[in-house]
Amino acid sequence: MYKYNDFDEAFVRERVAQFRGQVERRIDGSLTEDEFKPLRLMNGLYLQLHAYMLRVAVPYGTLSSAQMDRLAHLAETYDKGYGHFTTRQNIQYNWPELKDVPDMLSDLADVGMHAIQTSGNTIRNVTADHFAGAAADEVADPRPVAELLRQWSTDHPEFQFLPRKFKIAITGAEDDRAVIKAHDIGLQLRRVDGTLGVRVIVGGGLGRTPMIGKVLRDFLPLEDLLPYTEAVVSVWNRLGRRDNKYKARIKITVHEHGIEEISRLVEDRFTAIKPGFSGVDQEILREIETQFAPPAFRNAPTDAYDAAYAADPLFRSWADTNLTAHRAEGYAIVSISLKKHGATPGDATADQMRVMADLARTYGHDELRVSHEQNIILPHVHKSDLPDLYAALRSADLATANIGLASDIIACPGMDYCALATARSIPIAQQIAERVEELKIEHEVGHLKIKISGCINACGHHHVGHIGILGLDRAGVENYQITLGGDGTQHAAIGERAGPGFAYDEIVPAIERLITGYLALREHEDETFIEAYRRLGAAPFKAILYPQEARDAA
Amino acid sequence: MPRQFTPKVITANRLLEGDAVWFTTQDTWSGNIHDAEFLTDEAHADLRLLEAQAQAHVIAGAYLADAKQGDNGPEPTHFREAFRTRGPSNYPHGKQEQNHV
Ligand code: HEM
Ligand code: SF4
Repeated sequence: MYKYNDFDEAFVRERVAQFRGQVERRIDGSLTEDEFKPLRLMNGLYLQLHAYMLRVAVPYGTLSSAQMDRLAHLAETYDKGYGHFTTRQNIQYNWPELKDVPDMLSDLADVGMHAIQTSGNTIRNVTADHFAGAAADEVADPRPVAELLRQWSTDHPEFQFLPRKFKIAITGAEDDRAVIKAHDIGLQLRRVDGTLGVRVIVGGGLGRTPMIGKVLRDFLPLEDLLPYTEAVVSVWNRLGRRDNKYKARIKITVHEHGIEEISRLVEDRFTAIKPGFSGVDQEILREIETQFAPPAFRNAPTDAYDAAYAADPLFRSWADTNLTAHRAEGYAIVSISLKKHGATPGDATADQMRVMADLARTYGHDELRVSHEQNIILPHVHKSDLPDLYAALRSADLATANIGLASDIIACPGMDYCALATARSIPIAQQIAERVEELKIEHEVGHLKIKISGCINACGHHHVGHIGILGLDRAGVENYQITLGGDGTQHAAIGERAGPGFAYDEIVPAIERLITGYLALREHEDETFIEAYRRLGAAPFKAILYPQEARDAA
Repeated sequence: MPRQFTPKVITANRLLEGDAVWFTTQDTWSGNIHDAEFLTDEAHADLRLLEAQAQAHVIAGAYLADAKQGDNGPEPTHFREAFRTRGPSNYPHGKQEQNHV
């Protein structure tokens, strides 16, 4: 795991000290809110509906057990005993008091964590495939590159006042689990003829104007990545629309100027700045790579796993949904669901965080990941340890077997917390999950991604949900719009609006109709919801959602 | 015809705790919307908002929110403002926990 060097350490400490002074000056009245707001946002501190919210970065989603323990400590000491893991691989605390925030940041700095660039018009926390370094289908671990980008972008003088926020995501696998096509820059490590390089995708994004990113370079030599990325950000920094914050993202710049023009400008800029990169970045990358060396995998029989799998149907069900193929023989990637039916998606209590930290310590080479799907991953577990691990998860109420299924829902905080929200999202997710559990159909339904946002900003990724739900305010009443056919993988697609929205008490029955209706429409048991949608188009699904209109038209 | 002014209350978040508060006729801040000053005149409401905003050492982000007069004092008319009087719906946290309602 990446360990802070002296420079990182000093930098983060310095920022905590600065912020402590700023908070003191805000409290004693020498700073106004207008002066203080940009300062607190630079340190991840928001003011929401009922309280402050602190957003803590988990760079590329990777945590050690000690760091997870520290997150538990923060939840218990400064919050109401829980934290909320988000789609951007961050954790948010919903109830801190202003005076405590400098202490929280100081506690985080002790374990090499911070809240820098989790907000504001900067290059945000770089997100990565949550199976990085473990997935069987990966060509290389993307996290060293993510860390290089983090170091390069943190406090980069040219990029502290960008037209808008800028988000980079990276994967090392063809199977995209990092939604790279919905980011300002998406990077995919690829190996061509034995050489490692990067596919650079630009101009993706969700929010008010959702766009799928376009390929800017299909294969960039790895050593050119920093100058090339700098060229992209620099071209946008110059062209980006500062007049209108809704048009300020690079997706709009790419859309307005066209990918060919952007490509030409980027290549020019790249040629101009490349000589300034002396290759030091590559030395730094080599150094970082050593810190991400894979753990010493052991060679052991998996009989205990095979026996439990054969004997225990609950274990079998959990293993079938929550395990993913690992690149090392005898190992598995474990996804711990934070989506117990009826619970708040992404929330974990301090006790649960400690249990997960302990399990990572005992069985998982001290490593945990936060997934953008708001679950926690133990990336390296030997199969022989899985029966014991499963038992421990069960006693901590963390053994829900629903990864990738209908109740594994992404939901943003919505109007239960967020000041920008137009409707609630959490209770909708809770009710859908409870309903599919009552019906006991999600294992039959299979792979299905439901994603919910509480406003057009799309923090809950609704545009790329197979079923997307967007909460709106229609004349002072909550109203929910459904989109269908979205996809956040390498086959990325923006969902299509199905039709008029549904009232708060109509949306869950509408989703139930969609799910059961799909079961009747699919060609065979293995045809997933999204496959059926692609084969049949929107019409039969709309007919299910709006039976009255379908009858009237007939 | 000028648009009719809908009655308002002034609300903000408390600087230290961050919880929702409402501005009273006494120039103080209450955690209960029923204690708020009920504003029916636009010019007076704008003036009171300036006075409320001047208390920057106590609160942050003061604004005018639609309200109606109820049996116990002002009440919210929009669901967003109603949530602010209670707290989130997924846990019994926030004001609903303090008020045991
Ligand atoms: C509660 C405080 C939050 C605020 C004030 C907030 C604000 C915003 C805003 C204004 C945008 C639109 C940006 C644009 O289109 O230019 C946005 C997008 C986004 N946010 Fe949030 N957000 C919050 C919470 C979250 C949470 C909890 C998550 C993760 C679950 C999240 C993840 C994202 C993502 C993935 C996007 C869309 C991707 C993109 O940037 O285009 N945000 N957010
Ligand atoms: S989508 Fe809207 S409601 Fe949800 S967290 Fe983002 S800004 Fe808030």
